[in-house]
Amino acid sequence: MGNSSSMLTQYDIEEVQQHCNNAFSQQEIVSLYERFCQLDRSGGGFVSAEEFLSVPEFAVNPLSQRLLRMVDGLNFKEFVAFLSAFSPRATLQQKIEFIFKVYDSDGNGKVTFNDMLDVLRDLTGQFISEKQRTQVLTQVLEEAGYTKESLLVLSDFVKILGSSGLKMEVEVPVD
Amino acid sequence: MSSSQGKLKPSSSELDLDRPNIEDYLPSGASIHEPHGKLHLRDLLDISPILTEAAGAIVDDSFTRCFKSNPPEPWNWNVYLFPLWCFGVVFRYMILFPLRALVLTIGWIIFLSCFIPVHFLLKGNDALRKKLERVLVELICSFFVASWTGVVKYHGPRPSMRPKQVFVANHTSMIDFIILEQMTAFAVIMQKHPGWVGLLQSTILESVGCIWFNRSEAKDREIVARKLRDHSQGADNNPLLIFPEGTCVNNQYSVMFKKGAFELGCTVCPVAIKYNKIFVDAFWNSRKQSFTMHLLQLMTSWAVVCDVWYLEPQNLRPGETPIEFAERVRDIISVRAGLKKVPWDGYLKYSRPSPKHRERKQQSFAESVLRRLEEK
Repeated sequence: MGNSSSMLTQYDIEEVQQHCNNAFSQQEIVSLYERFCQLDRSGGGFVSAEEFLSVPEFAVNPLSQRLLRMVDGLNFKEFVAFLSAFSPRATLQQKIEFIFKVYDSDGNGKVTFNDMLDVLRDLTGQFISEKQRTQVLTQVLEEAGYTKESLLVLSDFVKILGSSGLKMEVEVPVD
Repeated sequence: MSSSQGKLKPSSSELDLDRPNIEDYLPSGASIHEPHGKLHLRDLLDISPILTEAAGAIVDDSFTRCFKSNPPEPWNWNVYLFPLWCFGVVFRYMILFPLRALVLTIGWIIFLSCFIPVHFLLKGNDALRKKLERVLVELICSFFVASWTGVVKYHGPRPSMRPKQVFVANHTSMIDFIILEQMTAFAVIMQKHPGWVGLLQSTILESVGCIWFNRSEAKDREIVARKLRDHSQGADNNPLLIFPEGTCVNNQYSVMFKKGAFELGCTVCPVAIKYNKIFVDAFWNSRKQSFTMHLLQLMTSWAVVCDVWYLEPQNLRPGETPIEFAERVRDIISVRAGLKKVPWDGYLKYSRPSPKHRERKQQSFAESVLRRLEEK
């Protein structure tokens, strides 16, 4: 496991399952391993950014670069842990934590105005001017009781997103 | 593109083959929930749909599925079946394979001893020479097919030699060409290959009329388009066979057809090819195997069994663009051969998708934000 052999032992599966807090069943972990090996064409034990970008559906996603930073070079165990937020067994808290991590690019536990602006820019591209983006973000922030200088932490995200009925699930195909 | 909201169906069930995968055709802007109402902070921060799409693509994507070779279910797993399988292996490698290699060698000897004289001695008499060379190419292809114990069932009226028509087919391996060629000597458009295949291409295939392209050259497309047009207008030329997918796909899916074959002002005759996987998986995964290894694999299998359907010729309808025409023909072929359609360009195997797909998603999100800003 974590190398180029395509056989997972029962021990490996249990280790991975533990690492991701039982987010996936053993069968799903086996399927994810097949997928991991399929993506890891060079057989180095991790999937490089190039290999992720060779999946066209992923490459056209506006947030692909942000996600690449989080997922590039992970070994299989970490790959499964990364995906665990998308399991139907993951809690709302875990999902919000994942979203927070996408915003918090420097990982210091605080999301700044610029972090949010960066993500908004990725999502809207050239179709909104920078000035308009800043304006929109400032407006909705102030309406929610924050300011441009506010530093949002995880509990703020939980407060903002907790009631919105977050749907963030992916089905792992099991043969 | 594929806005599947994170739920991608598992692809292994054979029953799914004939049902079109509608999720693939949802345009990215028209998501099932159209958000409306006043814009709040949570609407901007909630990136869960986009993240779900990305994670869905990481876990399974329709493009990679097109190129997955499907190994047959192992049936040799118990003490009775295993010796039977061993016997089968011995039979295939020690008896069938030498016999087939012999058949193929005899075929080549006959072919070369006829082709070389015909090619050089009849230089003056072009019409006769071309006719004989056509017959000989059909002959060597039949020998090839015999060398894999090819059982090909042809359905539909045989292609007729008429001007201003081209044939298009789905593409699984280079043997598609050989299987079709044994029935009718087509001219073909192909990627130039290295090695002995390239040699064959430049000598023998030249005689039936072939067009070469080079995927890696950008300007190549226009040159090839012109050659295609010239060839299809010529009355004496063999009918053109084109594989509009541009790459080999695993015979369970079909990728987008390139429009080149559909804007020549000719009638397009669709041909559908379906291999029976029970006997051998005929998909040539050019990333994993060289063509030689692929042929050897075929020659040591039991048989290559396939169906070929010659379908009703189609013309461009008034008001239809070549791209719509291409999609319509792809639909006809995919339905006949039981292939699932995916909305991807086969060349994405070699290059990244164009930024306009991402821009489309960005545009629809931007428009929804701006619209909701107006609402009170």
